[in-house]
Amino acid sequence: MATAAIAESSAAPHGEHTHYTTTGLENRKIAMWTLIGSECMIFASLISTYLVYKGRSKVGPWPHDWGCKTSAIVGKTAAAVQAAGCAAADVMKPVLDIPITSQSTFVLLMSSLAMVLALEGVENHGKPGYDRWYKGSRFWLAMTALMGAAFLGYQAYEFTSFVHEGLTIRTNLFGSSFFTLTGFHGTHVAVGVLWLVSLLAIDMKRGLKGATDVLLVDIAALYWHFVDVVWIAIFTLIYLIQ
Amino acid sequence: MASSAAPAPAFAAAPAATGQSGLWSWLTTVDHKRIGMLYLWTSLAFLFVGGTEAFILRLQLAHPNGQVVSAEVYNQLFTMHGTTMIFLVVMPLSAAFFNFLIPLQIGARDVAFPRLNAFSYWVYLFGGIFITLPVFFNVAPDAGWFGYAPLTTNQFSPGIHIDFWVLGLQILGVSSLAAAVNFITTIIHMRAPGMSMARMPMFTWMSFVVQFMLVLAFPAITIALFFLQFDRFFGTQFYELAAGADPLLWQHLFWIFGHPEVYILVLPTFGLVSEITPTFSEKPLFGYNVMVFSGILIGFLGFGVWAHHMFAVGMGATADTIFGIGTMLIGIPTGIKIFNWIATMWGGNLRFTVAMKFAIAFVALFLIGGVSGVMHASPPTDLQQTDTYFIVAHFHYVLFGGSVMGIMGGIYHYFPKMTGRFLSEKLGNWHFWMFFIGMNLTFFPMHFSGMLGMPRRVYTYDAGQGWDTFNLISTIGVVFQGIGLFVFAYNFLKSWKGEKNAPGDPWSAGTLEWSIPSPPPEYNFAQLPIVTSRYPLWDIKHPERTAELRHSDPDTAVVAEAHGVPMLEQTETRTAKALGIPMPFPTIKPLFAALFMVMLFASLIFLHTASLQVAVVSMIGTTLLFIGAVYSWLTSPLE
Ligand SMILES: [Cu+2]
Repeated sequence: MATAAIAESSAAPHGEHTHYTTTGLENRKIAMWTLIGSECMIFASLISTYLVYKGRSKVGPWPHDWGCKTSAIVGKTAAAVQAAGCAAADVMKPVLDIPITSQSTFVLLMSSLAMVLALEGVENHGKPGYDRWYKGSRFWLAMTALMGAAFLGYQAYEFTSFVHEGLTIRTNLFGSSFFTLTGFHGTHVAVGVLWLVSLLAIDMKRGLKGATDVLLVDIAALYWHFVDVVWIAIFTLIYLIQ
Repeated sequence: MASSAAPAPAFAAAPAATGQSGLWSWLTTVDHKRIGMLYLWTSLAFLFVGGTEAFILRLQLAHPNGQVVSAEVYNQLFTMHGTTMIFLVVMPLSAAFFNFLIPLQIGARDVAFPRLNAFSYWVYLFGGIFITLPVFFNVAPDAGWFGYAPLTTNQFSPGIHIDFWVLGLQILGVSSLAAAVNFITTIIHMRAPGMSMARMPMFTWMSFVVQFMLVLAFPAITIALFFLQFDRFFGTQFYELAAGADPLLWQHLFWIFGHPEVYILVLPTFGLVSEITPTFSEKPLFGYNVMVFSGILIGFLGFGVWAHHMFAVGMGATADTIFGIGTMLIGIPTGIKIFNWIATMWGGNLRFTVAMKFAIAFVALFLIGGVSGVMHASPPTDLQQTDTYFIVAHFHYVLFGGSVMGIMGGIYHYFPKMTGRFLSEKLGNWHFWMFFIGMNLTFFPMHFSGMLGMPRRVYTYDAGQGWDTFNLISTIGVVFQGIGLFVFAYNFLKSWKGEKNAPGDPWSAGTLEWSIPSPPPEYNFAQLPIVTSRYPLWDIKHPERTAELRHSDPDTAVVAEAHGVPMLEQTETRTAKALGIPMPFPTIKPLFAALFMVMLFASLIFLHTASLQVAVVSMIGTTLLFIGAVYSWLTSPLE
């Protein structure tokens, strides 16, 4: 009978510890991709809700328009709102500050670049040229974490100034959906920063090198780039498109 | 070496592996088989909770103007009956089989992430307790398993009833998501050499589809629940109609999850039945490829039909038409599967074990549920049937007649593999007939009471509307089901302690899990098998059954032959250590991570019962504990 269907495999001989995987890739990488698939649906739900609720708020402040604290007047400029009968003291600015957020977006984009360089540093650990501080993984991991933290700083500033302008998570549908969406994203950045700092700590302690550590950083990089890409979607759909 | 006359291999008694008993070993286990067993025990315990709730509901409805429970208690009971049966019984029963079977079926030694697997279970257990406990204190969730907002906002549902529901479902979602990530990785990555996707057993295939559905469908309800949680605890306005909110936001998000959920509940059973019918028909599964593709198609279509739960809200003719047609389309792949099971049995050498009876009953009952489902896929018909007992009849035929009956078949089929002991077939027959008669008595009359206009979710009804007899019959049916359940419990408990006499392959089945002893040793396979066909064990023991199947290229077969003795005759009952197989260390850390995470969610309740300070302190404390537990877990070696 030629089809002895079950036989011992040469893949895992006695006494030798080799973890066999079907594709030869590492488990954690597949897991991260799966998780990212799920996260896509999370952010899709949040962004759709924001877009569905766009323009449905009953009171200001508004994302892109000028408003009035005492009435439902909305206009493209402060003058338009005042002309429609709103007292100067009651005029509300549009809350979204595109120049400032462009800066934080730029910082986050650059952090992805730093992440790429950090991974390169781990991959080439010990190779000639990579022993210089500005080529090594420690510097670039620190830079990535720092830029992530800077982004969070921008977000903290942004949130505080919105609150000063009268927009909280309870004010209107815009406030609820905006703070929830960007807050979710900010939490993801915070988790990423924590992760990067942990990697940096390992790097300081024993140095990140070899295939296992490359994988470790690779997975963090995958997550970090994903969080970055989500922000590009948020920035475009929520800030840029009026 | 492998002829049709090959003698059944003589299996030694299952290994008495060291350190495998006692409470501590269960708390710290990372073995997928033992975690599967924990899932099984826990979900069967919850089955009694959910069943008792149903029994009280039916007592209340046995006669017009029933006085057994108040309207408030009734609301809690029907909400918790649905929530319990879906999230705490059927999903985890499926998870029990995912855990126990997937690694065995694909020839792996464990799942991809054993400790994450333990974490999933503990989150499920603590989450289940969290959402069930309020039942005993009259503060259980009371707005239906679908929790429609704005009904569930503070304005219409004050108090902490709904808080438990919102937070409990979030917790259970974490469990499902972690498990899904784990099983996707396991199935993609841990298959034995030669176990190509086209050779995977159908249960593994259907489970694979289900994991993708979990990963993609749960985010929608997670976000809907976050909105509700924020509305209830932090004063956001997502469901605040006065602020301009859309009353349909919740319904859309919920049913984008809710409809795929139906297939999440039933596809694993499709898989189990696809293992049972070939075994007891002594024929390979008919139309394997079609079975795989129809399963995938069901998965895809399942995401595009959610609004058939919302015809009554008036979405307009276009949307109604699209969602109606989409829903009817799902009937096609599902119908294909029904025909395939029938064709598998057709001309087979049928053996009517209890497992097989449950499987056949599954096909018949699921078909009835499927047909009534196609009926209300048509919007005009649905408008007549929606919110009546007709719908209750429909989904109980699908979920009880389908999922539960199929899973029961799975339990009878796999109990010997799990424990090395047989469930009594005699008691099993009683169980089967009590369930079969009981469920038809209960749910078939609901088609009529529903068509006569009896609304669901209402705690009582007046006499003289033509519903009285039907309701009485429904209640009598529940008595049969209850007897069946107790017979099953007795059978289960008695057999658990019974004589260990199940051989490795008690049913003469064809897939890999039957090639190793019952119960399997902790490492499953002494050596990873090389697989060359869909029914490797039949190739050896019953080549006549697989003669018409395509086998792998000669090269692999040659490799297999060169290695000589088939794996099953060689599997020895030695410890992993003696064989040099590294096993993951038992660890308590996933349990603590799960506990702290559940406590973190639970802390939110203090916002409504204690003060802001208490809640904040409690949340910060549990967050730190959780992060600490996760760090400690991640930094300790796996094996
Ligand atoms: Cu549906």
